[in-house]
Amino acid sequence: MNKLRYLIALWAAKLSVVALKITRHNGTNFPGVVALKICPDFLKYVQKPETIIGVTGTNGKTTVCNLAIDMFKTDGRLVLDNNMGSNINSGISTSFINGVNIFGKCKYDTALIEIDERSAPLLFPYMQPKVLLINNLTRDSIMRNGHPEYIGKILTEEMPPQTRLLLNGDDLIASNIAPENSRKYFGIEKMDTDVTECINLINDMRICPKCNGILEYEYLRYHHIGKAVCPHCGFKSPEYDYAGFDVDTDKMTIKVKDKTGQYQFRLLNDSVFNIYNVVAVIALFREIGYSFEKIAELLQQIEIVKSRFSEKETSGYTIVRQMSKDKNALGASRAFDYVSGRPGDKELILMMNCLGDTKHWSENICWLYDADFEFLNRENIKNIIVTGPRAKDYYLRLKLAGIEDEKISFVEKELDAPKALKLCRGESIYVFYGTDSIVLGNNVVKNIEKEIAERGEK
Amino acid sequence: MKIEVLFPEICNLYGDLFNVKYLKECLPECQIVNTSLKDEPLFLTEKPDLIYMGTTTESGQQLIIDKLLPYKEKVVDCIDSGYNFLFTGNAMEVLFNEIIEEDKKICDGLGIFDLSAKRKARKRFNSLYVGCFNEENFNEPIKIVGFKSLFGFAYGKTDLYPLFITERGDGMNKECKEEGIRKNNFFGTYITGPLLVLNPVFTKWFMSEIMEVPNPVLAFEDAAMDAYNDRVKEYTDSNTGIYY
Repeated sequence: MNKLRYLIALWAAKLSVVALKITRHNGTNFPGVVALKICPDFLKYVQKPETIIGVTGTNGKTTVCNLAIDMFKTDGRLVLDNNMGSNINSGISTSFINGVNIFGKCKYDTALIEIDERSAPLLFPYMQPKVLLINNLTRDSIMRNGHPEYIGKILTEEMPPQTRLLLNGDDLIASNIAPENSRKYFGIEKMDTDVTECINLINDMRICPKCNGILEYEYLRYHHIGKAVCPHCGFKSPEYDYAGFDVDTDKMTIKVKDKTGQYQFRLLNDSVFNIYNVVAVIALFREIGYSFEKIAELLQQIEIVKSRFSEKETSGYTIVRQMSKDKNALGASRAFDYVSGRPGDKELILMMNCLGDTKHWSENICWLYDADFEFLNRENIKNIIVTGPRAKDYYLRLKLAGIEDEKISFVEKELDAPKALKLCRGESIYVFYGTDSIVLGNNVVKNIEKEIAERGEK
Repeated sequence: MKIEVLFPEICNLYGDLFNVKYLKECLPECQIVNTSLKDEPLFLTEKPDLIYMGTTTESGQQLIIDKLLPYKEKVVDCIDSGYNFLFTGNAMEVLFNEIIEEDKKICDGLGIFDLSAKRKARKRFNSLYVGCFNEENFNEPIKIVGFKSLFGFAYGKTDLYPLFITERGDGMNKECKEEGIRKNNFFGTYITGPLLVLNPVFTKWFMSEIMEVPNPVLAFEDAAMDAYNDRVKEYTDSNTGIYY
């Protein structure tokens, strides 16, 4: 009976794929939604590739997956992925539906699946990754994720015992997940830019997990990411199995070593956040049997997906689109830190309003008070335009970050924000937008270009 | 003037610490004393002008209960004798009789308030909040706005010391309108995040009447009031959904 229900679900989902194509709808989750509606344990029955590689964590999992998918493609390997759908059970079901023929036979031997960390209870009973990479566990949506310890507990409780873990050794929350599982760690050795005292508002690993004493950090990158030691009981961060070192952001290179040797790789972006993403993907490919040489060759041929960060030159201005995940204080802090540290004068448009929330309630803005807006209080940031439904909240938060009134502009509608730009030739204009406002962000960029053109003519 | 912040290394979720940062902006001369789990609390030896504790993790609650248990009688004395407290989010739960998860007792609390915290292991309760704060000498109550993002609620004598009366959203639990605890100068609320930043009218009253600041001046009062007025209008609008 269950098998029959599964087959009906599969065929209905396959039909919905055809219907979506005919009607030119995206509906990337829809087939999975249909399948799960008809057969709630669809994931149990659908044939899956023999090897499933999972990637989860709070920040960077999409980037890591996109890099890995591009590397597989460049290598000519056919790997099933879910980068067109969501990373929750409906999106992942859609990927598996696409991965089987109408008789339910799987066409792939390997899948690379981005997994929403909160969805583990709905996925792991039916889908056991052979390798699971956990990039980091940090604060995310207050409503959904609570705090990282809570997410870590869920992952530990749900982790399939046979799954091999590949963990960020510089993240004591991620590296302590599922202690019974076999594991390896990646990380980055001390860098010139490291500190030993946290300057961020968020640090969720201030006390020792063994004795509750205040931890010290041999080096700290941001928040709780770094190498910790407990002066009270001797507890310390794990040793790396894959260690990044000799990071050179001028030459855009990094070396990575493991027990077999070391190799130099190309960096795709100079933010520490993205350097971790590169080290993670190198460690992942080593884990599945790729040589250092081959990984370096593949990394040479790919780029970070442009929807998250892109820049272009327009009549003497640099316009940068900077995605900052909605309601994610840590993601915003990393973006603020990175952007404010880049050379040259800049103007910013802040429009990371969670537009999805405005449809049914009002965004919980507590995250603004976890995010380091203080990074924007720099001399080379000349103008910050706050706009959209939460603009007044941004304004107050910027004031509390010590930013002077004359540097803050308030514009009600996002599309009008470019009118408040001061436009000094040679500067960079950053548009911070969230996952809910990708299209709106693109339109704001178009209006910036128009504004530059119009004022240039005058 | 001194504000003691209890265990900021673990009681710092959801922007709660901005309650203290905002007071510091309003009262630049005030001294912030951070008391860690390894320190002796300041309130044992002197009377701070405010004792603040913010939201923590579930394991953090247990650490705090263990830490404060030897000082339980002193905490009771402090509340009874009118020390100023502000506990936000789940911080006040450590003062309840017990913490229960999925019908199983996780731990005893300090037993100072005759309440039980009951939580779900994997469910979040998210809502906006609108309530009112009233005092006998007020011409009209102060509207309170904020957010709740919790794993559970309080049960028991929830109507004994209500701090706010709920107009939209949940009170101490889904069945009651009373929100928080007000006993003498102890203020505890399930509202998470920067309560004082978001509620400048209440904050001014709190500084004046509880912290006894003469002629208090709010930091960035215009910006805070502008955001507050918009928020009150938005949250009291029945077209604005109250639950996430």
